[in-house]
Amino acid sequence: MAGVGQTRQLDLAEQSVREVNQYLHQRLSEDRVNHVEIVNPDGRHSIAAGLDAEVDVDILGHAGYFVGGMNKRANVTVHGNVGWSVAENIMSGLVRVKGNASECAAASGHNGLVVIEGDASSRCGISMKGVDIVVGGSVGHVSGFMAQAGRMVICGDADPGLGDSLYEAVIYVGGEIRGLGADAQEEPMQDSDFQVLGELLKRAEMTADVRTFRRVASARTLYHWNVDAGQEY
Amino acid sequence: MCGIVGLLAKTESIENDLGKLIVPMFACMADRGPDSGGCAFFSNSLKANERKFSLYTIDPDFDWHAWHRSLQEAIGVESRFEPLDNHAVLISTFEPAALQAWLHENSSTVQLLSVGQSIAIYKDEGNPTEIARRYKFDEMSASHCVGHTRMATESAVTPAHSHPFTAGEDFCLVHNGSLSNPYMLRRKLEREGLTFETDNDTEAACRYLQWRMQNGDDLHEALSGALADLDGFYTLLMATTDRMCLVRDAFACKPAVVAETDDYVAISSEFRSVAHLPGIADANIFEPKPEDIYQWQV
Repeated sequence: MAGVGQTRQLDLAEQSVREVNQYLHQRLSEDRVNHVEIVNPDGRHSIAAGLDAEVDVDILGHAGYFVGGMNKRANVTVHGNVGWSVAENIMSGLVRVKGNASECAAASGHNGLVVIEGDASSRCGISMKGVDIVVGGSVGHVSGFMAQAGRMVICGDADPGLGDSLYEAVIYVGGEIRGLGADAQEEPMQDSDFQVLGELLKRAEMTADVRTFRRVASARTLYHWNVDAGQEY
Repeated sequence: MCGIVGLLAKTESIENDLGKLIVPMFACMADRGPDSGGCAFFSNSLKANERKFSLYTIDPDFDWHAWHRSLQEAIGVESRFEPLDNHAVLISTFEPAALQAWLHENSSTVQLLSVGQSIAIYKDEGNPTEIARRYKFDEMSASHCVGHTRMATESAVTPAHSHPFTAGEDFCLVHNGSLSNPYMLRRKLEREGLTFETDNDTEAACRYLQWRMQNGDDLHEALSGALADLDGFYTLLMATTDRMCLVRDAFACKPAVVAETDDYVAISSEFRSVAHLPGIADANIFEPKPEDIYQWQV
């Protein structure tokens, strides 16, 4: 993604997360660095959060909570697993996790792409607002909860409560759906869905048999207060 | 927030170093729980009729040796005794009820934290890193241990309110989360004749589980009951003489991560606290699913 420039290695065994993030926020253009390798992450939180630059960041190991949070423009790759809320509130760019992600992956993301090559845990894509998410494996329960906009592709299975209280986000599931949440429904796949799915898989650099996928979207019965529903809510 | 840690050794060498390995896990989780902390260590080295009694006094100048002499004179049974700061471990053939009654009558400043063939508990108020140093966690060898760092949200910060909680013998529980129906559980259990030492929600869960096991459930069955009867948020980690057990509530609101190798099973609230363990790069690392009951046998 980033243009011509230099590579810089930053070591979290030697520097604090705050120092590393301050470097990423403030020094990249001055040092003409467009590729950063972060070593010894050891599950620390908030690594490479709040970036706003055309830079490739490779985190070599497991990261903790909020890695790549609020990302703008940057291309962040975690070569390991991540904790809660990877790429939360992502605005643009790409956050890729080579391993598994814990809960709330890409929570509230506005735009950009989040790729989880392994499994994502509960509440993946909760309240997503336009981000695209591609999960190579399966997702935990209540994924896509109150998702407002954007697309989520799940190549594996989805645990119960998928798409609970969905707004206008669309979910594509390649494997088993172990239960839909309130107001989520399966809908027929149209040509446009296959096209979107193909494009998202291509952007995520993943292959899957698109014919097995199903579309989940909102039935829109919770959009308006129904005075006749009594205590049914 | 709170932090939980657990480590179960699969090899003798890990067993020997269990204390050394748990200290950085425990200290790391002090970020999640700086109020108080504690660990329960399990090791089997006693004769069949002996028990370990973990004792605590809040008095920093307490004369443990004088206390031990008067206990020996009163009960007339030999015992080994290892005081360490505010804690002491007593090893004897005493009947637990007799010791508890003597404590009640003669020694109101000393609290009995745990009883059993294998369990020993050290817990206190204050920074967990300091607690680990003071009670020499790094010198412990054990087959398994569970620990807790507390950030109190629902009851007072005192040594008695810190975790692990115990009930019965050789059973303890640590808990990250908060229960919304502990008083309902307490009223139910009080009608069954159980008594409580604190107003802490985790104590209610601990006594509930032990009550179920006392009435014939195994740990798995007791936990299945807990999933129906406990309301609130929880990651619960339990240990008995020969197993460690983990369960998360239906919403999985509180974190947990498991790292398993051929040498150990490590559990923590966060991965970063197990990042130092040997062989972690090749460990099977996973996040426990909501309402699934995970058990590991020693």
